[in-house]
Amino acid sequence: MTTVDASLPQPVQRPASDSENYLTHAHGFLSWAFTLDHKRIGVMYLASTLAAFLLGGMLAMLIRTELLTPGQTVMDADTYNNVFTLHGAVLIFLFLIPVIPAALGNFVLPMMLGAKDVAFPRMNLLSYWIYATGAIMLLGVLLTGGLDTGWTFYTPYSTTTNTSVGLAMLAVFVLGFGNIFTGVNFITTIHKLRAPGQTWSKLPLFIWAQYATSVIQILATPVLGITVLLIFVERTMGIGIFDPNLGGDPVLFQHFFWFYSHPAVYIMVLPAMGVISELIATFSRKPIFGYKAIAGSSLAIAIIGFFVWGHHMFTSGQSTLAGTIFSFLTYAVAIPSAIKVFNWVATMYKGSIRLDAPMIYALSFLWLFGIGGLTGLFLGNLGVDLHLHDTYFVVAHFHYVMVGGTLAAFLGGLHFWWPKMFGRMYNEKLARVAALMVFVGFNLTFFVQFIAGTKGMPRRYFNYLPEFTIYHQISSIGAFLTGLAFFVILYYLVVSLIKGRPAPANPWGAASLDWQTTSPPHPHNFTSDPVLIGPYEYSALMWNEEIGGYVLRPEVAARAGHGQEAQA
Amino acid sequence: MNHGAGAAPELHHEERPELQPHFETPEQQFESGKFGMWVFLATEILLFGGLFCAYAVYRALHPEVFVYASLFLDRVLGGINTLVLICSSLTMALGVRAAQLGQRRLLIAMLSVTLLGGAGFLGIKYVEYEHKWKAGLLWGTQYRSQADGHALEHGEPGTHGTDAASHDGSAPPEPPAPAADPRAALPPAAAAALPPSVPIPEGRTFGDGENASLLPPAAIGPTGMRAPEPPPAAGEQLERRIRHEPRNVHLFFGIYFVMTGLHALHVIVGMALIGYVLFRSLRGDFGPRYFTPVDIVGLYWHLVDLIWIFLFPLLYLIE
Repeated sequence: MTTVDASLPQPVQRPASDSENYLTHAHGFLSWAFTLDHKRIGVMYLASTLAAFLLGGMLAMLIRTELLTPGQTVMDADTYNNVFTLHGAVLIFLFLIPVIPAALGNFVLPMMLGAKDVAFPRMNLLSYWIYATGAIMLLGVLLTGGLDTGWTFYTPYSTTTNTSVGLAMLAVFVLGFGNIFTGVNFITTIHKLRAPGQTWSKLPLFIWAQYATSVIQILATPVLGITVLLIFVERTMGIGIFDPNLGGDPVLFQHFFWFYSHPAVYIMVLPAMGVISELIATFSRKPIFGYKAIAGSSLAIAIIGFFVWGHHMFTSGQSTLAGTIFSFLTYAVAIPSAIKVFNWVATMYKGSIRLDAPMIYALSFLWLFGIGGLTGLFLGNLGVDLHLHDTYFVVAHFHYVMVGGTLAAFLGGLHFWWPKMFGRMYNEKLARVAALMVFVGFNLTFFVQFIAGTKGMPRRYFNYLPEFTIYHQISSIGAFLTGLAFFVILYYLVVSLIKGRPAPANPWGAASLDWQTTSPPHPHNFTSDPVLIGPYEYSALMWNEEIGGYVLRPEVAARAGHGQEAQA
Repeated sequence: MNHGAGAAPELHHEERPELQPHFETPEQQFESGKFGMWVFLATEILLFGGLFCAYAVYRALHPEVFVYASLFLDRVLGGINTLVLICSSLTMALGVRAAQLGQRRLLIAMLSVTLLGGAGFLGIKYVEYEHKWKAGLLWGTQYRSQADGHALEHGEPGTHGTDAASHDGSAPPEPPAPAADPRAALPPAAAAALPPSVPIPEGRTFGDGENASLLPPAAIGPTGMRAPEPPPAAGEQLERRIRHEPRNVHLFFGIYFVMTGLHALHVIVGMALIGYVLFRSLRGDFGPRYFTPVDIVGLYWHLVDLIWIFLFPLLYLIE
């Protein structure tokens, strides 16, 4: 729905002035801590997830420093186990899973629907504070004995080690609640709060991706919740469900864990694909090719993604028949992913491509996600996986998907919506340089890991044979380059907040409804009803030199019967 | 997009204090709330789904454990609890109807009865838990074998017709008369742990005296990845154990306590929600124009009820 009708008396009537926006209309810590505004909650999520990213990234640098030489370089083996476990746990649970849905999604999703807020604003705030609590609990393991199980918490080690697994389990349980609340909120919002006339086929593809993500979140997260709860009671009460000494089955844990954690991969990558759909269409200045195929493939990935978990367990004593079925389904899930990639490429064909920083990230995504996806097929093959299981090949594969896919898309989306969020333009030239640095550094880091993996370098090892030294050193150099690029990004984004050029309402010429409000938006999102145009109807927009951004064509604005212009 | 403007003047925000500012109409708010609750209930089902899955896996792996252990659950108390919950679901539904019709006193009465039903359920659950706690019918490492004579510490030996003296007497025990009381043929601990309501049909015990068991002699079930035990010094000891009690009975009680415990937690949450709605209905918040909280708390309560309807036969009624 849109704004309060003009005919209705409005409790707080605000003029649409430049100084009135969601960032400045209220001040002080409490105005943020108790805000119900989805935009502010999104910004709080953004700050928190970026802090988690900084921590997880630092841990990655520590890992790569330690692996510069065989044997001990800067830390002992036990510390190394703690470092890589926290690296994985922090980046997955505190960064990758919430970052696009809860930070970017919270900010833009209601505006894309022309709504004033999500369906349950209080639950939205609660989800943020649950996330914050869970994050503090997860970091609490640093003070209470560390965590050395790897982020997968496999039994029976996780039920017997004396590190702080119990607290970590509770943290994951709590974090899951935050995810579920976000998922419930988004599904309800998309169903019930769309602008009048905005049918399902007029939704931006980002919304479709968020919808598919939310379905996974509400259906898979509770299974993880009960699983980590069982580990917790196993550790505290000795319940024996996963303990082979008591007749329990530790492999059952793996089934439960991957029933969540494989779909969780799609929780991370589906919203990323949604961002890419927006970026590629906007910066090719062409309506998206194959709208229905992309939207449908999001749902197909969400559904098939629930039935492939067994491919993590080819070497766990699973029956050959089960392995064959899971292998087949794993191949099947590649199809909708490929459909998306082909449609994005077809969208760019004969488009008027502009290589701004968000587009560079989108192109990186195509390349990196392509490699990550295709190497996933190697691992989905029963025979090949026996050789590659638990090697650096796997490490490289999922980093290509998680970092090359999700992180690249997030950075693209962050640059894309940064002007909308904070009303400032960043330094485009530096942004392009940083985007290229991320791309080069990332490939340097992880491509050699494919080679090391095929030669037999096992993952998670503290030490390695001398012949792997060169791969590890190239990888470390790449990691440091990538790390440097993130500090460049941090630098120009902070600078842009202070002295960036004020952003117009629509700097990129994107057609979804969020670009029709001011940058930064009004606390109620829109001061008058947005004009409903198709999410990729770029013909409805025209460049306005005076504003330095895009506005609706007058005849389009008139078509809506309001005669209004997009506010600049 | 002049949605609802002028057409329905009663929809103005300032006249409807319960209408939140980001909704256009009360209908939209009501539908969103109800829809959101349904989505959340899907989450709840998957939460229990993991446990139902664990139940299915272990029942398939160790069927003998489930047949044996469920005999120690009290069907009468479980059945009463089922009845209590179903009735409380009915009163909840009647409460929703009362809210819709604006019958405030009926709504308050129905919510109070529902709350009482929840409390009654928890009370009976407490009695059951206490019995199991005393008998050592617990999970994993806490489980005490019911086949051993020493297991009974807090129970009342003899009340169920067992004779402890016959167990440790040096003289070979008299074979009990089969028709008198089948319980007499059981090891005393097991007999005392069995709730009186468990019917033991004639001829349902196998073996006699020291070797009596409720189960027909069966093949040893799969034992997971457990290492094979060393052969016992006295061969008869192993045999006795197999015939009296299958291995890993504690697995059943582990699942029993996790499932019923999580369900009891949901009952407590549901009661808190009903208490909140009751408080608001005492304040007079609800009527035909606004009853969303009553409706969605009702949905939650029905789910809690529904889960128990699955738990009861799966845990108590195994034959």
